Amino acid sequence: MDEVKIDKEIDARGSFCPGPLMELVRNLKGAQVGQVLAVLSSDAGSAKDIPAWVEKAGHELVRIDEMEAGVRRFVVRKRR
Amino acid sequence: MERLAIILESGTTDKLLAASILTAGAAAMGKEVRIFLTFGGLMAFRKGAQEGLLLPKEFAGQEEELARRMEAKRVPHWLKNFQDAKEIGEVHLYACDATMSLFDLKKEDLVPEVEDVVGVATFLNAAEGAQTLFI
Repeated sequence: MDEVKIDKEIDARGSFCPGPLMELVRNLKGAQVGQVLAVLSSDAGSAKDIPAWVEKAGHELVRIDEMEAGVRRFVVRKRR
Repeated sequence: MERLAIILESGTTDKLLAASILTAGAAAMGKEVRIFLTFGGLMAFRKGAQEGLLLPKEFAGQEEELARRMEAKRVPHWLKNFQDAKEIGEVHLYACDATMSLFDLKKEDLVPEVEDVVGVATFLNAAEGAQTLFI
């Protein structure tokens, strides 16, 4: 399967709740529909918060990559 | 549109932080947030009143440790959370006019994030039907 191309990656590692989500929301606002953004988070709350927000906001969660210990990368496509 | 209303009465850092995180989260989830600042909650929004930690009795003696932990975990300042929330969503901060009058405060004594000075009836009217919290 083709790897989805990431247009922009946001490093929110070390950011406290709700920092990573806020970074994603802010960056996605300025992106074009169809663009793919990734956000790196070491905040455990993001694991549930980011997918919940993506669904509510009507975007697409392409995948979640498990990176180094405790860090996840959320890959999101802007849908609207 | 889903709405959240917060009556922020406490001016201690723990509750300001909790209210600010709830506000940021709600703004991210697309909820409109209206906050009514009264008593201690309003005093915390005076210009220059955002430095240091103010903690309730339950945290007595833990001020230094908590300050260290918050710095180590890079916990954002509560005012920054309110600013971020305003940037990404629809968030309105109002000052309680009775508290303003009690402490002889003028609107220009408050940080610019506070938009207006209103009475309790105006706030309750604006908050009608919203999920409401008293913090």
